[in-house]
Amino acid sequence: MGDFMEKLLEVNNLSISFTQYVQGLNRHESKVISDLTIDIGEGEIVAILGSSGSGKSLLAHSILGILPYNSNVTGEIKYEGQVLDQKLKEDLRGDEICLIPQSVNFLDPLMKVSEQAIGECKNEKEHDEKKLRQREIFSKYGLDESVDDMYPFELSGGMARKVLLSTALVGDPKLLIADEPTPGLDSQSVKETIEDIKNLRENGKGVLLITHEIDVALRTADRIAIFYSGYVIEINTVENFKNADNVLHPYSKALINSLPKNGFNLTEGVQPLEDLPGCPYYENCPIRLDKCEKTKPNLIEHEGVMIRCFNFEGANNGA
Amino acid sequence: MIKINNKKLAKFLGLKAIRLLILLIVIAAISFIMIQLSPIDPVKAYLGQRIVSQEQLAIMGNYWGTNLSLGERVMGWLSTLASGSMGFSLIYRVPVTEVIVQKFTSSLTLMVVSWIISGVVGFGLGVIAGAKEGSWIDKAIKTYCYILQSTPTFWIGLVLLMVFSVYLGWFPIGLSVPIGQLSDSVTFWQWLYRLILPAITLSIVGIASLTMYTRDKLISVKKSDYFLFAQARGESFWGIIKNHGIRNILLPAITIQFLSFNELFGGTILVEQVFAYPGIGQATVAAGLRSDVPLLLGIVIVSTIFVFVGNLIADMIYEYVDPRLRSDEDE
Amino acid sequence: MNKTPWYNKGLFSSLNLRQKTLLTIALTALVLLVIFISGTMINVNLPTDFATRMKPPSFEHLFGTDWMGRDMFLRTIKGLSLSIVIGIGASVISSIIATILAFVASMNKYLDSFVSWLIDLFASIPHILLIMMISIALGKGAFGVIIAVAFSHWVNLTRVLRAEVLQINTSEFVALSGKFGKSKLWIAKEHILPLVLSQIFVGTLLVFPHAIMHESSVTFLGFGLSPHEPAIGIILAESMSYLAMGAWWLAFFPGIALLIVVLLFDIIGDNLKRLFDPSQANN
Repeated sequence: MGDFMEKLLEVNNLSISFTQYVQGLNRHESKVISDLTIDIGEGEIVAILGSSGSGKSLLAHSILGILPYNSNVTGEIKYEGQVLDQKLKEDLRGDEICLIPQSVNFLDPLMKVSEQAIGECKNEKEHDEKKLRQREIFSKYGLDESVDDMYPFELSGGMARKVLLSTALVGDPKLLIADEPTPGLDSQSVKETIEDIKNLRENGKGVLLITHEIDVALRTADRIAIFYSGYVIEINTVENFKNADNVLHPYSKALINSLPKNGFNLTEGVQPLEDLPGCPYYENCPIRLDKCEKTKPNLIEHEGVMIRCFNFEGANNGA
Repeated sequence: MIKINNKKLAKFLGLKAIRLLILLIVIAAISFIMIQLSPIDPVKAYLGQRIVSQEQLAIMGNYWGTNLSLGERVMGWLSTLASGSMGFSLIYRVPVTEVIVQKFTSSLTLMVVSWIISGVVGFGLGVIAGAKEGSWIDKAIKTYCYILQSTPTFWIGLVLLMVFSVYLGWFPIGLSVPIGQLSDSVTFWQWLYRLILPAITLSIVGIASLTMYTRDKLISVKKSDYFLFAQARGESFWGIIKNHGIRNILLPAITIQFLSFNELFGGTILVEQVFAYPGIGQATVAAGLRSDVPLLLGIVIVSTIFVFVGNLIADMIYEYVDPRLRSDEDE
Repeated sequence: MNKTPWYNKGLFSSLNLRQKTLLTIALTALVLLVIFISGTMINVNLPTDFATRMKPPSFEHLFGTDWMGRDMFLRTIKGLSLSIVIGIGASVISSIIATILAFVASMNKYLDSFVSWLIDLFASIPHILLIMMISIALGKGAFGVIIAVAFSHWVNLTRVLRAEVLQINTSEFVALSGKFGKSKLWIAKEHILPLVLSQIFVGTLLVFPHAIMHESSVTFLGFGLSPHEPAIGIILAESMSYLAMGAWWLAFFPGIALLIVVLLFDIIGDNLKRLFDPSQANN
C-alpha cells in the first residue's frame, strides 16, 4: 500500500458549509461536505463519485483555495506532508496543482483560447516556450491551428473539453484535479480523455477525478470514493468495485448491482439534503441497526478499505 | 485584431443613415407639431413688440403658414428643412444655422473635455472600487457616486459657484456675454478660465454613473467561473483584474460612455445656465423661453444628430469589436 | 450542474438582516410621507414679512428667509411635496409604458424592431430638451411636467426589460418550452414575467430619482411650472440672483433637502432590490 511513501495529497475530516442569505434575507447555514477524508499518492488516480450538484466540486475549490468568502471550512489538507494553508495553496495552484474545469464558462469569453491555455506569463520568453507547448498539446488533441485564434463561444462541446484539458497540461503539475472532465464528449473523446488521464498517472502524477459517471470512474481510477449526501461512505479499490460482493457499504452494493452493462450516470436517487443526526443512508439501508438512526458512523479502516458503517465497526473490533 | 468587412460596414452605415434620416424627419415633424399645439403664436413671437405693416404680417403668416392646415404646415416645414434652411433666429437675428454652428462649437469643447475627464476618472474609480469590493475605498467611492447620482447637475454647479466664485473669489460670478450677442472676442485664457468650473461640474456628474457601472460589471466578472478558474491557475489578483476583468468590462464601459451623449447634452444645458457659459445650452433655454421657434427646432435637430452619433459609435463598438457579435453575422 | 439552489431548501430564520432591511424601508417611507403630508398642509401663499427679509438661518427660520421675508424651510417642504407628487406620477407612468413595450417587443421580430425604433427615437433627443418641448406643448402646470418627465424616462427601463426578456427568450428552458409547443404568451406569462417582475418594481423606484431631478432641472430653467409655484427648481433659479450677495442659504438648503429626498427613495429602491435578490446580500 506504499505506506512509507509520503502521500501527495491528504484530506482529513474536511467539512465545508456556507452561510447564505436566501429569499427575504433569511440567514441559512448549509453543510455541503461533511467529514471528508481521502488521500492520493503519486501516480495514482482517485475518483470521487457522487451525484451531480452534490457539491463535490467544492473539494476541488477548497484544495485550490478558491472557496467563496461565506464558506466555513474545518479539517485539514496536506500536500506532500505539508499543511496546505491559504498561502501555500496560492503558491502551488497553477504550478503543482492544476484544475481541469467543468465547462467552457471557465474560459474568458473575450480571450483567444490559445492565450488562455498559455496563461499568465512573466515575460516574452516564457510566453514563447509555453506557446510551443500549447501548440503541441492542441495538436495531440486534434485541434488544428485555426483553433488557436478561436474564442470560447466558437468551440464545439468536444473541442471545448479538449481545450480545458490542455489548459492544465501546458504547465507541469504533480497533482491534477479533473472536475467532471467527460460530460458532453462523444465516446471516442471520452476514451481519449480517460487514456490521457491514465497517461498522467504513468508520468507519476496524481489525479483527483471528480465525476458523477460511474463508468468513467471505473475505467480510469485506481481507487474510488463514494460521496453520498456530503459524506464519503466508502473508499475501495477499483478491482473490488467490479464485483458487488467485494464492496462493503450497502449503498455501494446497490450501486453496482444496478449498473447496466454500458454506462450508468450517478444522477438520480433521493439523498437527504439536511444533515441528519444518524447515518445518511439510514432511510434506504437494508442492514441498518437501531443505533444508525441517532448516531453517525465514522469512516474507519476495515481490511484496507475505508468504510463508514456500524456493521463493520463491530467486525473490526472483533478482529 | 479587428477585422472589418467593408461590404458589411457599408451596409451597416447605409442602414444607419436611412435610420437617421427617418428619425430626423419624425423628430422634426413631432417637435414642429408640439410647438404648433402649444399656446405660442409664432408670428407674434417673431414680431415681438415691433410694429409692422399688414403686408409684412401677411408674408410672416405665409412663412409660418398660420393659414394652412397642420398637415400642410408640417409638410411645408419639412420641405424648408430639406432645402437646407432652418430659418432665421428671432433672438439673434441671424440664420439659425449660423447661431447653432457658433454656439455648438463653443459647447463642444466643454462637452468633450468633461466627457474625457469623466470617462477616464469614472472607469478608473470603478475598477478600483470593484476590485476592492467591500473595502473602505470601495465604500468611499460608492458613497461619492451614490450622493452624486442623487444630486441635480445644476445644484452641483450652484454649490461650486458659491464656494469658488462667491466665497473664495477665484472665478467671477457673471462670466457671460449678454444673450443675443455673438461672442467672438475672447482670448484663449479667458476662454479656458471660464471653462474650468463648468467642465468640472459636468464631469463630476458623468463620473458617478460610469463608476457605478464599471464597478458592477467588474464585480460580476469577479463572480464568473472564468475569474475563479484564473485564480485556480495561480494568476495574480491584479493580473486577473487586468487580463480578464478590464478585458471584459472595457467595451461595455466605452459603449456606456458613448451612450451618455444624451445626458451630456442635457447636463450642458443646465451647466451653461448656471455659469452663464455662452453655448448651445443657453441658446436652447433662451429659445424656449422667448419662443424663438426656428432656433428651438434647429437645436432639437442638431442635438438629435449629436446623440445619434454617440449611439452609432456605441453600436459599432458592439458590432465590430466584440468577437461574439462580430462573427455571429459572418455568413 | 450546480444550479440547484440547495441553500433555498430550508429557511432557518435569523431575522437580523431582514429585520434591518424592512425597518430601513419603513422608516424611510415614513419620513417621505411626513414631508409629503406636511407639504400639502402648507398654504401656497406663505406670509411675507419684509422686516425679516434675507435673513440667514436661525432657530426661528431654519433655512433662513428670502427676499420677501418668506420662511425658506416652509417653502422647501412645500416644494419637496410637489416634487414627490410629480416624481411618483412620472415614474409609475413611465414604468407602465416600459413594461408594455418590453412585452410587445418580445412578441415578434417586427414589433421588436418597432420598439427598438421607438427607443431610438426617444433616446435620440436629450431628456431635458424633450421635457422642455412637451411642457411647452402642454402649457404650464404639474400635469404637463408629469407627462413630460414620464415620456422621457421609460426608455432605460424598457431597454433593460427588453434585453432581459430577450436573454430569457434565448435561454435553454424557454427554447425547451418552445419545443414542447408552448405559446409565446404562455412563455411570457410563466417564464418571463415572474423573472422580471421584481425588476419592474425596482425599476419604478429607480426611475424616481431621475424623474425628480429632471423635474427640478426643467423648472430651474424656467419651464413647466409658472414662477409663483413653489417648486424646488424655481426656488433655486430665484436664488441665483442673490448668490453674489452671499445669500448662500437660498440655494444650499433647498438643494440639500432635494438631495436627501432623492437619496431616501434610492435607499428604499436598493433595500427592496436586496429583498428580492438575496445574492447581493451575500457579499
